[in-house]
Amino acid sequence: MAKRKKKTRKKKTKQKTAKPAARKSKPIAIELAKKQREISVAEFFEKNRHLLGFDNKKKALLTTIKEAVDNALDACEDAGVLPEISVEIINMSPKPEIKKETDNGQTTLTEEVKKPATQISNGDRFRVIVEDNGPGIVKKQIPNIFAKLLYGSKFHTLKQSRGQQGIGISAAALYGQLTTGRPVRIVSRISPKHPAHYYELKINTKTNEPQIVKENEIKWDKEHGTKIELDLEGTYQKAGQSVDNYLKQTAIVNPHVTLIYTNPIAEQSVFSRVTELLPKEPKAIKPHPYGVELGRLIKILRDTRAHSLSGFLQTEFSRVGSGTAKQICENAALLPTLKPKTLSREQAEKLYEGIQKTRLISPPTDCISPIGAELLEKSLKKELKAEFYCAVSRPPAVYRGNPFQIEVACAYGGEQPAEGTITLLRFANRVPLLYQQGACAITKSVVGTKWSPYGLNQSKRSLPTGPCTMVVHIASVWVPFTSESKEAIAHYPEIIKEIKLALQECGRKLSSYIHKKKKIIAEGKKRDYITTYIPYVSSALRELLKLKAADKEKIEKLLKKILEKKRGVLKDIKVDVSEFEEEFALEKEEDEEKED
Amino acid sequence: MKKKKTKSKGVLPKIKGIANDIYKKILKKKQPELVSPLRSLTNVKYDPKDGYFELLGKKKKRTLTAGTVKTFAQTLKMMVLSKELVEQDDIATKREAYYVSKNWKEARFNTQQESDTVIDDVESMMIVNREQLGFIPEEKGGEVAGKLIVIDQDPDTKRKLKIDCTKFGSGAYSIPISVEHLKFETNAKFILAIETAGMFQRLVKHKYWKKANCILVSMGGVPTRACRRFIRRLSETKKIPVYAFTDGDPYGYFNIYRTLKVGSGNAAHINEYFCVPKAKFIGITPKDIEDYKLPTHPLKEIDIKRAKDALKNDPFVQHHKEWQKAIKKQVASKVRAEQQALAKHGLNFVISDYLPKKLKNPKSWLP
Repeated sequence: MAKRKKKTRKKKTKQKTAKPAARKSKPIAIELAKKQREISVAEFFEKNRHLLGFDNKKKALLTTIKEAVDNALDACEDAGVLPEISVEIINMSPKPEIKKETDNGQTTLTEEVKKPATQISNGDRFRVIVEDNGPGIVKKQIPNIFAKLLYGSKFHTLKQSRGQQGIGISAAALYGQLTTGRPVRIVSRISPKHPAHYYELKINTKTNEPQIVKENEIKWDKEHGTKIELDLEGTYQKAGQSVDNYLKQTAIVNPHVTLIYTNPIAEQSVFSRVTELLPKEPKAIKPHPYGVELGRLIKILRDTRAHSLSGFLQTEFSRVGSGTAKQICENAALLPTLKPKTLSREQAEKLYEGIQKTRLISPPTDCISPIGAELLEKSLKKELKAEFYCAVSRPPAVYRGNPFQIEVACAYGGEQPAEGTITLLRFANRVPLLYQQGACAITKSVVGTKWSPYGLNQSKRSLPTGPCTMVVHIASVWVPFTSESKEAIAHYPEIIKEIKLALQECGRKLSSYIHKKKKIIAEGKKRDYITTYIPYVSSALRELLKLKAADKEKIEKLLKKILEKKRGVLKDIKVDVSEFEEEFALEKEEDEEKED
Repeated sequence: MKKKKTKSKGVLPKIKGIANDIYKKILKKKQPELVSPLRSLTNVKYDPKDGYFELLGKKKKRTLTAGTVKTFAQTLKMMVLSKELVEQDDIATKREAYYVSKNWKEARFNTQQESDTVIDDVESMMIVNREQLGFIPEEKGGEVAGKLIVIDQDPDTKRKLKIDCTKFGSGAYSIPISVEHLKFETNAKFILAIETAGMFQRLVKHKYWKKANCILVSMGGVPTRACRRFIRRLSETKKIPVYAFTDGDPYGYFNIYRTLKVGSGNAAHINEYFCVPKAKFIGITPKDIEDYKLPTHPLKEIDIKRAKDALKNDPFVQHHKEWQKAIKKQVASKVRAEQQALAKHGLNFVISDYLPKKLKNPKSWLP
């Protein structure tokens, strides 16, 4: 029947093309409308997993860990608990495929039959378990948080935090569900007085609603905290953009965190905290008028509870008092007594322009919680064996009404390779950024800074070279990422300027060290020169003038005196690496940006 | 030949003298120095009466310090080698000298360029010709064809050898590295010194030397010292004029012709003997490029740099207004032309028209 219908329809349209006027009677849009329907976020993700950092198996494993750890850290800090987080990855494949390591037979599963490499890579299944000592999650919210995309507490507040949209962990759960068909398992407990709840959850991709597979109360020895366990397809590797490096870098910028990590080949590393002090709790702030775009302004106008425009401006934004509100209204040519909800689009646009015309105080910057130069340097010393360390913390600044703060640290020399570009570690709100280095404002700032005056070689439009690791951290109530996968920072001129200033400050400290070192090396070389070549001068003179052996020795003695008189006492510089711990040593990222 | 021997003997006392100065300074606990004339265009003057670049008084002093001790040692070692060569009446090519240095362990040269520079330093320090120090260059001296008999001697029997330069067929006589002992017989009217081997071949092939009763010399780029000395001796002893025929570009004008005529800044201490002050330029001038409507190439950046350098720094160009005019014209026209470009008007145009016309009209020459 359906077939017949289609046929007749076709005929009709054919006839109608001859008479365009007749088209109006049954527009094609009606046909199209039958196909048009809402797309759920979950469905969207299913097709566009790369947008959230699940492009390939290697990245999927990393992103999953990253989202779970970020959430755990945010939760602990919000609750004022010193974070203690355990991360475990278990290889679930019939035969583990862990790059080189398997060849060494270090795994427990070696008796498994060897399969061709292609087959193995098709079946890289891992189980990820992340457990924290955070505040836990109330029973009612557990399904929403882990099995509903875009559900969270952070999106609507302006506050420095690792997560932003509430999409990450549920996206990881969805990815696991898509690749293994298995639900995500959650255990959470909010206090010793409450029971621990166990959930098995799936996401209904059509409705973006959680689907509870199983739920019950269980015994759990933790007083409070959350544990997430999920299976997914992934690829594990040790070096480069790996989970190992991600966690090591996380330890650098989170000196207050203890991390216990067990990798798929059953190696355990413990990154213990270097400070017992939790970072200053970042405050949530109201948006600054300069940072609000027209669309958002209209939305806030509609949602506000204020009764007048003046009141609206004062209650919904930071840095707006009655005087400023009056001035904005004047500049916008709008009455301060207007009811915000009644403003038309045109009036909203006027208001927007009025805001831009008004001089406003920058937003408060005490809402940012930087690591602090001292702690950053201390934790870098733990991770990296170098000769020289320095760290710089810039005062807070503002881009588009959002406060932010830049911190830069650098470790120079030591066992770092002298050839090749420096290692650049990028962080945003204490989260390491491992991918898309090339697209990031941090990279742009480092490349755009002239390093040769500071003693590092640099060819045009590239990172400097030398035995150096550079850490750049941006803390902000809203870090502007270039994409939802949060891998690169957008190129705001204000941000680039601040990063460059911090780099230059760091560079000045670095250069005084490098130049001192170079001078000493050159001096040593020259002294070597003197002792190496003086015998040639004396032997040549001896041959030319037919001198005796004793004369030759005399010449050598005198020449040495003459030449060394000109040079002072040889100084040396000391290297202090007492704080270095072997266990934490960072591996140089060899295959950085392979897939970019 | 006699002249050369007496000079060689003079080298030994000079070497000893320099070594002794150094030794005395060391005994006095003072930093020893090596002094040589500064070898660059900024340290030469051009006097048309003498006709060659002469040294001004600027000196280069190399004081022994930690930074210079290696080159200082190398220079002294090179003087030892020279002393041995002269004493044993032997010679070493510059490349051989470089290989000898490989025995010097840490003081050895890493590239021949380094050792060549030190040889040049020793040469100018003593104001002698490097051949007198026993060092000879690798480079060929140039090729000769035409109405000339060169009288050389057999190296073993010391008997006279007469070499007739008309009897090389399509080949040519090769100028030896040392030409002081050569004697000449000729009734040629002029010597034509040619920049490229290609043009030389064409003129030899069509026996231009017979037609014009001349001697053809192929310089093959910038003329070597031997080539310059050969032309100089030939033209002076036989009193015949020399004409240079080069490409129409700054390299042909200043690197080739100017070096032939007045010597180079780098070897200013010996220019007196290694130049041909009476040479005239009959190569492609910027005016010829226009007059003959020659096919051109755009001037390269290096050409323009050379031209500007010559205008600014070259005492020879600064002396001759005609050259300044010509080079300014070329820079303005932005083009250059090669000798072979004359082939546009027929392969033998150069023989039938260009050279005869040029030779007849001294106004078309450049000084």
